[in-house]
Amino acid sequence: MSKFNGIKFYKAPQSSSYTLLPLRFIPLDKDHYVLTNLAGEYLRIKRGVLVDFLRHKLSAEDPSYIELRARHFLIDETSSIAPDLLALKLRTKYSRLCEFTGLHLFVVTLRCEHSCPYCQVSRQSEDKPRYDMSPEIALGALDLTFRSPSSNIKIEFQGGEPLLNFDLIKLIVEEAKRRNQRVGKNLAFVIATNLALINDGILCFCREHSIHISTSLDGPRVLHNANRPRPGNNSYEKTIEGIKLVREALGRDQVSALMTTTEASLNCVEEIVDEYLAQGFNEIFLRPISPYGFAVKTNSYRAYNTERWLKFYKQGLNYIIDLNHHGIEFIEYYTSTILKKLLTSEDPGYVDLTSPAGIGIGAVAYNYDGYIYASDESRMLAEMGDTTFRLGKVLENSYEEIFSSPKLLEPLEASFAYSVPMCNDCAFEPYCGADPVYHHGIQGDFVGRKPTSEFCSRNMEIFRFLIHKMESDSFVRQLFTRWANSKC
Amino acid sequence: MLKLHGTLPVLSSVTKESYLVTVTKSDKLPKVIRKQRALLRTSAGDESGYKAILTKEQRNNESWRESDIFKISEDQDYLDEGDIIRLDPNSGSFQCLYRKKSPHNTILLTEQCDHYCLMCSQPPKATDDSWLLKEAFELISLIPQDTERIGLSGGEPTLYRDKFIGLLHHIRRSLPNTGVDILSNGRAFKDKEFAKKYSSVNHPNMIIGIPIFSDDPVRHEYVVQSKGAFDDTIRGILNLKEFEQNVEIRVVIHKQTINRLVQTCEFIARNLLFADHVALMGLEITGFTRPNLETLWIDPFEYKDVLSEAVALLNGYGMTASIYNHQLCTINPDARGNYKKSISDWKTEYLEECVSCTKRSECGGFFSSSKKYQHSNHIKAFA
Repeated sequence: MSKFNGIKFYKAPQSSSYTLLPLRFIPLDKDHYVLTNLAGEYLRIKRGVLVDFLRHKLSAEDPSYIELRARHFLIDETSSIAPDLLALKLRTKYSRLCEFTGLHLFVVTLRCEHSCPYCQVSRQSEDKPRYDMSPEIALGALDLTFRSPSSNIKIEFQGGEPLLNFDLIKLIVEEAKRRNQRVGKNLAFVIATNLALINDGILCFCREHSIHISTSLDGPRVLHNANRPRPGNNSYEKTIEGIKLVREALGRDQVSALMTTTEASLNCVEEIVDEYLAQGFNEIFLRPISPYGFAVKTNSYRAYNTERWLKFYKQGLNYIIDLNHHGIEFIEYYTSTILKKLLTSEDPGYVDLTSPAGIGIGAVAYNYDGYIYASDESRMLAEMGDTTFRLGKVLENSYEEIFSSPKLLEPLEASFAYSVPMCNDCAFEPYCGADPVYHHGIQGDFVGRKPTSEFCSRNMEIFRFLIHKMESDSFVRQLFTRWANSKC
Repeated sequence: MLKLHGTLPVLSSVTKESYLVTVTKSDKLPKVIRKQRALLRTSAGDESGYKAILTKEQRNNESWRESDIFKISEDQDYLDEGDIIRLDPNSGSFQCLYRKKSPHNTILLTEQCDHYCLMCSQPPKATDDSWLLKEAFELISLIPQDTERIGLSGGEPTLYRDKFIGLLHHIRRSLPNTGVDILSNGRAFKDKEFAKKYSSVNHPNMIIGIPIFSDDPVRHEYVVQSKGAFDDTIRGILNLKEFEQNVEIRVVIHKQTINRLVQTCEFIARNLLFADHVALMGLEITGFTRPNLETLWIDPFEYKDVLSEAVALLNGYGMTASIYNHQLCTINPDARGNYKKSISDWKTEYLEECVSCTKRSECGGFFSSSKKYQHSNHIKAFA
């Protein structure tokens, strides 16, 4: 007789039952469902097993039973720690909310020397100084910026082309640093620029103040220049030259690039990725056009549908996975943002894909004219005549008035995905977001009608695609785990 | 393998009870401290006044009247200046408790335990052995302050409850610059008050190693042979981390844990990401492992791909993970970044095959028990 008990001794008695913890499920493919728990952990499960499980008929001997218990879909007599662990993960996921607004966008001018037909901010042509932000507005906006309780403050200069009002950028940076000496927050600066106007003086200032540069690169020369016209038709050349100058002056990692997908991009995703590789970037953000500004007016936004864009995205992601297979470390940014939510308890708080929505909480935009908007997209919408998300005006409204304005609180509350019809039932809700600006713009409603929402269909398909890739390839699983935990 | 304990012939004795004493090779010490030293005799000199004399010679000496005289052999050749030993002049019982030159000094605090692990290397005994704790207090006072690290193990040291915390305070005061590695099953810390007391030691360099053998509570409890262990241990870890204590999670890999090793690591990464270190450990063929060898043994070579996957997962989540108690030739090259030479120096051995191996100096080798009873069939020298 052994003095050791067999494993059976430690199992729950056969007669006992299990209790379901909060869970949601959704079909993945014809055989499988995806089950997600409260903290966003998922399990791919066969349909039959799911049905047994939900009917409280799943045997503790079933291999899936052990998975379901370990991932906190059920509790039984053997362990009751799951609710504590779920609570811990949920707290972690939402912990960023108490930080409040970290990203402060300063639209220092709406002027631009480019004339991109897909411009989503409705730029003005260069010679109209009335589209510049004034120093008074800038200082008033800084007052509000420093009222944010967030310990991390990022000031991003937006346009138009912000370098057209560089003197104001200098004023804001110097003044922000001066004020920060008292409060000691982590203060960072970003200039979103097409780099056409970069020069030694600007670079020198950026180096002195550790300013990060974010630029636009749509792909190879022909594509980029077709997408982004400017006098001389040399946007690509200017951008590439600018990237080199920034790297030399500020450092390798001090410049990042964003791309916008146009109709002309759709058939050349590999070439676009290759261009990023050739320029020494190790990540790309495959971004569809958003339905704002000239993108709507010129119909660039309607030039392709969600299905076509998803084909582009999937092809691009497959290509990037192949690159990693060959030892080239390269990340797709949107994917890694979603993977953080899929595989960790961290929500990166990406403004367009987070719930509660990122408007006001994650970011706020101070427009050139002093009006304050709940996000970058909100001010884009305003240029189209819809001021729904205008929260107030610098120098006229107080911090309290702006951030407790019904114009912010109502869309935040209405769109909170966990309580929105259909989103509430959706297993992908933990990975998704509330985008009240998009849904208001397209459907005239903060919540929107999910069955016809392109935001919904695009993201749902991406979630399915990413889970499918991970479940069918252990290399992808490991790669995605690294992306989920990457710093970007 | 070094013989750290045994029985020595007693040539003469003056002391009635056993005692701890520091070994010296010097016969020139001031008389006032000779009563606190055991002289490791190498040649004739002034040998009077030492607490004990350890000699290879049979002959008795006139100046040895005040000392306990023990006969030693080649087995004790490892003894060196500054080592601390326990001597019992009545029975001749001898134990080396601290070796100055070793980086692996571990103090056994008790052989009692509330677990009964299938692979326990130190099978628990129910008898009262609280003298071990008392001795530990004394030993800590003798250990030199420049000691880098010491280990505390059992049995389950936390069974002493507040007395264990008292020992930690004593260590903090006596050895303020010495790191402390504690081994515990963590269950005692499910009591938040106890976790708080532990944290009040406020030691800047103390880590507690706690085992999680599976993400499946049933399997974990089967391995440790105790119902309720899983929840207690997880709660213990959560409480320790709430008080910002360093915690290492230890997973022993064997036939009963290998099938869920990757899932267990995923559970750790998803739920206990704040753990400071994860150790994935090979089996030591000693204690209960020997009678349970059939249930536990799996050749590490057979699970090397699983080990690679587990390590890649932990690395992916940015956790610090180490592979302990393995041989370099039994793991995949992609896992080498996590490989550590971990086997205590006094237990390390190598095989015949290892003589020509070019990576031997990077390899942790074998437990002497593995060499004797069971080791991988795929040990192969690197060319």
